Amino acid sequence: METLRELEAAARLGQLSRRDVLKRAAALGASAPVIASLLAACARQEATPTPASAAQTPAAAKPPPAASPTPAAAASPTPAPAAKRGQGGLVKLLWWQAPTILNPHLAQGSKDFNASRLVLEPLADINDKGELVPVLAAEIPSVENGGVRKDAKTVTWKLKKDVKWSDGQPFTSKDVKFTYEYVIDEKTTATTIANYTVIESIETPDDFTVVIRFKDPNPAWMNVFVGPYGRILPQHILKDYVGEKARTAPFNLNPIGTGPYKVKEFKPGDVVVYEMNENYRELDKPYFAQVEFKGGGDATTAARAVLQTGEVDYAWNLQVEAQVLDQLEKAGVGVVEVIEGVNVERILVNMTDPRKEVDGERSKLGVPHPWQSDLRVRQAYALACQRDVIANTLYGRAGKATSNILVAPERFVSKNTSWKLDLDAAAKLLDEAGWTKGPDGVRQKDGVRMEVVYQTTINPVRQKTQEIIKSAFEKLGIKVELKSIEASVFFSSDPGNPDTAAHFYTDLEMFTNGPSSTYPIDYMVSWYGKPDNIAQKANNWSGNNYERWQNEEYDKLYEQALVELDPKKQEELFIKMNDLVVNNVVVIPLVHRNSVSGRKKDLTGLELSRWTDETWNIANWRRSS
Amino acid sequence: MTQYLIRRILISIPTLVAISIVIFTILALAPGDPLSELAMNPAVPPEVRQRIRQSMGLDDPIPVRYVKWASSMLRGDFGYSFRSKSPVSDLIRQRLPTTLYVIGTAYLVSVLIAIPVGVLSAVRQYSIFDNIATTLAFIGFSLPTFVTGILFILVFSVKLGWLPMIYRTTIEVEGLAGLWMKIKQALMPIAVLGLFETAALTRYTRAAMLETIHQDYVRTARAKGLSERVVIMRHAMRNALIPVVTIVALSIPGIFTGAVITEQIFRVPGMGSLLISAIRDNDTPVIMAITIIFSTLVVLFNLIADILYGVLDPRIKYE
Repeated sequence: METLRELEAAARLGQLSRRDVLKRAAALGASAPVIASLLAACARQEATPTPASAAQTPAAAKPPPAASPTPAAAASPTPAPAAKRGQGGLVKLLWWQAPTILNPHLAQGSKDFNASRLVLEPLADINDKGELVPVLAAEIPSVENGGVRKDAKTVTWKLKKDVKWSDGQPFTSKDVKFTYEYVIDEKTTATTIANYTVIESIETPDDFTVVIRFKDPNPAWMNVFVGPYGRILPQHILKDYVGEKARTAPFNLNPIGTGPYKVKEFKPGDVVVYEMNENYRELDKPYFAQVEFKGGGDATTAARAVLQTGEVDYAWNLQVEAQVLDQLEKAGVGVVEVIEGVNVERILVNMTDPRKEVDGERSKLGVPHPWQSDLRVRQAYALACQRDVIANTLYGRAGKATSNILVAPERFVSKNTSWKLDLDAAAKLLDEAGWTKGPDGVRQKDGVRMEVVYQTTINPVRQKTQEIIKSAFEKLGIKVELKSIEASVFFSSDPGNPDTAAHFYTDLEMFTNGPSSTYPIDYMVSWYGKPDNIAQKANNWSGNNYERWQNEEYDKLYEQALVELDPKKQEELFIKMNDLVVNNVVVIPLVHRNSVSGRKKDLTGLELSRWTDETWNIANWRRSS
Repeated sequence: MTQYLIRRILISIPTLVAISIVIFTILALAPGDPLSELAMNPAVPPEVRQRIRQSMGLDDPIPVRYVKWASSMLRGDFGYSFRSKSPVSDLIRQRLPTTLYVIGTAYLVSVLIAIPVGVLSAVRQYSIFDNIATTLAFIGFSLPTFVTGILFILVFSVKLGWLPMIYRTTIEVEGLAGLWMKIKQALMPIAVLGLFETAALTRYTRAAMLETIHQDYVRTARAKGLSERVVIMRHAMRNALIPVVTIVALSIPGIFTGAVITEQIFRVPGMGSLLISAIRDNDTPVIMAITIIFSTLVVLFNLIADILYGVLDPRIKYE
């Protein structure tokens, strides 16, 4: 494995291009995360050209540990040697949605995951580059350190030995195994269960080793016990609360964890006050003695509180109109933090007929849409979407125009697609398809008028987007009826409600979505065409494929990606899947959304990551003087 | 009197049952789902969400759900919140003190200001005092709380920087400094609500007072040679207060359920914000508990207002 180390060192020094690294790493049979980290090493090199000598010292003098993603941890700001834990006093965070439960496995929204991260930790977390950073694990498993078997059916995690729960009990591999047993019990009704159903069994040969056996080769092994859905629970506290009793556990509101903080006071729907965990393993951290995590209100006043009055130190998800945000930032109290996100705002195109009811359901699989089943019509739609105007005027710093549905991680992003606005070409395509303008200017064919219903949730930015699209479509002679639905209804899983995104009883619908894992297989399932994955009456609309698009080639690629271990081939598969969806205009991607938050100027040490909770490295947050 | 009370209480039972059935049915028929926030998260696939939905009993027939809820309600059990999995009674216990403090103070202040101002401006009708008072009342009555709330924040928090815009229940500073912080943060919500309530109540008091001071018995009292003070306080005001008492009594349940908009603007964690977030999350047990408490209080204070009539006006007798 010496060669792989050399390769990484070379990549770090920028002696090899990304393509070269990929080629050589693949030849060496490196696993996905290893390659990811290698590429990241290139990226770092390419992004910040530091003098070779400076970069050389750490890389050459001390060969990096085999668990190569660690450099990310080292890159995080290390506190001054004299740092004393708790010297920073109180830090105030403001979320405009309030946490209601602190057990992440029963969480019902990102705020709950964010708030519980201060207390409960996963084995590893994921930084913004998509690299694994060890948290409770001593090192990241990889093929070369023997952690990941060649067939990716067995993964072995080595745990840190000096970790204690905040009540003083030691943390061991038993807790990891217990977490699996807790989550996998259907009666627990864990929201995170889907990540764990791939596991065959978990063994704990000793207190600090966890061996996970998967049912099938699993290139997405890093979805398990990692990131927001992978928090480890204490067996000694929760062992009597598995299954139906899970909801009655006092732990849900007052968790005992291994993280830098413990809960001092929690008022669901209002505020969490945390105090330092005296048993935290890093003696000089955390910097802040107390954290106040306040929830409620709205995004605009939250932006005001952090950018203008400075009442809080950090404010989450500032979905505020671009101009307002710029103006508030001018007050000079706070700074707007923008990181690229994983989500794409998109329009879904229904392949089935939402008007015809067959066997008690509309938009039924096998009943093709009268015009949207024609590729030329769908291409015309895509040509009529002015994505840059939508991105620049409505999203500002919060988004940019895109032509892809998969925009992260970097290695899976397709460079083969593009978008343009061309109404003439669009009109030509519609004419070719036989949809010609009638006397009232609306296109029709065989007595069928091209009148589309376009639905989305109630949200000012979405309504403005709808208007922009509508005016372009109407120029083409497509009549558009706009519909907006309350988000909690639109996204509900109520089989009896026809207005949900999954029923898709309209021609077009718009929302945001993106991968939750760096191996985004659970996101690409959205276009897998097997009937039980199609949202329909037979499965109470619990399928992932809303467009009811079926494509044999895509299905094959997806099935292969489920078990593909070769990183190079993985890339090809995902890029091909993206291109198929985009080129067939099953989805019209509009805006690649960024995540926008605000911090007071003197708050430092944040390492926001698109893959995990903002609070994941709160132990490193500091106040600069 | 006792008989009257018993009869009224017995009538209120079917009223409350009817209210609960109506509200429960509306909530059950309303679309939406407590898990919708995770809908677009690939890590939580639709079948997982559907199973959790079923485990909450949301797919059972409405009558079955109602009977389940009503039977545990009768045992004094409000059930568990869908969201936080904690007993609803705990959530209410956490919110009630804040609401009573903020909203209650606002009501108290408004009653203390509105009644004397209303009486005085009626007695000195068309004086400068009356003109100013009616103009202010008119302004206060016309401005909705979300306008005054944001206006206050802009002036006192953003421009002047005197008052905090975020209400915190977690202030731990000891002594006078801490007390001052607690008062300071409540000033704006109290002022916003107080302004609105005072305005409304002043207008009622003034109107009621104007009606009574032109009555024959007031003229008679003056003719008897009673002092102006006694005429106003004993003869006019006591009669004028009957409608005012009704309004004050009927608005007391509002102190317990909070002020939704004002609480939302200032992030006051009271009953109003609990209710609105429960509605947004489709957290049926919490919504039901708050609405039932509210309806019970409304029924109760209606009764109290009726009894107070008898105290204020001896002519009213209950059989």
